[in-house]
Amino acid sequence: MKTYDFNQQYISKIEQEVALSTENVQVHYGKSHAIFDASLDFPRFQITSLIGASGSGKSTYLRCLNRMNDRIAQVDGKILYRNTDINSKNINVYEVRRHIGMVFQRPNPFAKSIRENILFALRNNGINDKKELQERLETSLRDAALWDEVKDDLDKSALALSGGQQQRLCIARSIAMHPDILLLDEPASALDPISTSKIEETLKLLSKNYTIIIVTHNMQQASRISDYTAFFHMGHIIEYNQTKNIFTAPEIKATEDYISGDFG
Amino acid sequence: MDDIQTRLQKSSRATRQDYFGKVICYSCIGLIILLVACILYFIASKGLATFTKNGVNFWNFLTQSDWKPGDVDKYGNPQVGALPMIVTSFSVTILAALLATPFAIGTAIFMTEIANKRGAKFLQPVIELLVGIPSVVYGFIGLSLIVPFIRGIFGGTGFGILSGTLVLFVMVLPTITSLSVDSLKSVPMHYRQASLALGATRWQTIYKVILKAAAPGLLTAVIFGMARAFGEALAVQMVIGNAILMPKNLISPASTLTSKLTTEIGNTVMGTLPNNALWSLALVLLFMSLLFNLIVRFIGRRGNIKNER
Repeated sequence: MKTYDFNQQYISKIEQEVALSTENVQVHYGKSHAIFDASLDFPRFQITSLIGASGSGKSTYLRCLNRMNDRIAQVDGKILYRNTDINSKNINVYEVRRHIGMVFQRPNPFAKSIRENILFALRNNGINDKKELQERLETSLRDAALWDEVKDDLDKSALALSGGQQQRLCIARSIAMHPDILLLDEPASALDPISTSKIEETLKLLSKNYTIIIVTHNMQQASRISDYTAFFHMGHIIEYNQTKNIFTAPEIKATEDYISGDFG
Repeated sequence: MDDIQTRLQKSSRATRQDYFGKVICYSCIGLIILLVACILYFIASKGLATFTKNGVNFWNFLTQSDWKPGDVDKYGNPQVGALPMIVTSFSVTILAALLATPFAIGTAIFMTEIANKRGAKFLQPVIELLVGIPSVVYGFIGLSLIVPFIRGIFGGTGFGILSGTLVLFVMVLPTITSLSVDSLKSVPMHYRQASLALGATRWQTIYKVILKAAAPGLLTAVIFGMARAFGEALAVQMVIGNAILMPKNLISPASTLTSKLTTEIGNTVMGTLPNNALWSLALVLLFMSLLFNLIVRFIGRRGNIKNER
């Protein structure tokens, strides 16, 4: 295995408005150190993809961003959202997750109807107005490009949908809450190419109104859909730049090796 | 060539082993089925003799409340009315289940969702220990603690349904708890993550997602607890009072089907009506446990259908 110097780092400055940023985030699982000094700024209404080999810490890092690592790992450092450090003790984590939604690798709808899957979080938040619920149901399903396929079966079990449809349902379920930021952890890795391209189209459309951060193993996917890309290696962020720069002219040798397949 | 042909048609060590293993499995299973069939036949033949040989009306057996199998009433009919015992058995079972279920599910939620690993590891043997205590010990504790306690508060003798319920409550609690823990543990992790990622609180996640998904399993746990309570004899017998009276309230002495069986079975002569009548009680017990089993299977099947794709 090639060894790379982790001090060689290239993090490009973000000129646009920043939706979320991290400063010196460290993650420990018990004694093992999983993320070292991760500092990134995520531009608003853009898609940022996190790439890297398995075990490089990209999913761990993503899960820090809406506090899903609580009770699993020790997260230190600052995560700034609207000038607030959401990684501090006195933060209402439930409120954080309402603004920063998450979609997981494997589609995980509840064993309820499609309608109830979407309305679950809304009802939890005390939204009971029938008209508003119906409206949010429809718009979120439309935004996730699922409406036309399920509009006649809203009361059918969500588990009866195909894998790709289930994943789009999970996206719809997240955006029904009108979050600012959407985190996706390899949302298409369990899906076939057609479902994958549908998810990618959906994400492209959503990026007009949402800041999207996506973890992916698929470098073509990263280059197709994302505006910015961060490359992770063994818990370190090696390079962060506009996607077109990373894939055409990487600054760091490790990134170049990873992208060209001459890695490890 | 011929050699291979003959070998293809001959039995070898492997085929004989295979045959031998099959014979052992089938004979074991056959023995168990035979055993169950014998028990069913024996209890049924003895229990039904009350109605066929001794001419007791089945309806009267279920609905009348005078239990004096040795005597006859003024029309010459034997007095075999099991209603008080049936009512008492059901009351202690249902009351104990009602009382134990919230505690058991609460404990199970604590162990699976709230406590850290160390806490759950500590609680597990505590619950298992409760299962292992012999029922005589429960009955003895009930007799020397609960009965005087109830006598002190409500008056009367202290024996009765309330004491029986409290003893059974402690006895079925571990059963319901450990089965509920299993059921909650089998709820997939990604349900919790999905719910939390949508901004649901821990309570909303437990209440609306986890408990809903585990509902068939929890119901099964409660039914198993009820089956245990219904069949428990010794501990109940020590605190219930053993009077074959229709229970008027929760603190009047009464008698369950099981406690009647344990107290009386030594005092009757095989083949006589008093003995046969006891077998009829046993038949009712057997029928009830069969019913509990069927309910559990039914719930299991419905749960499966709901979670299918």
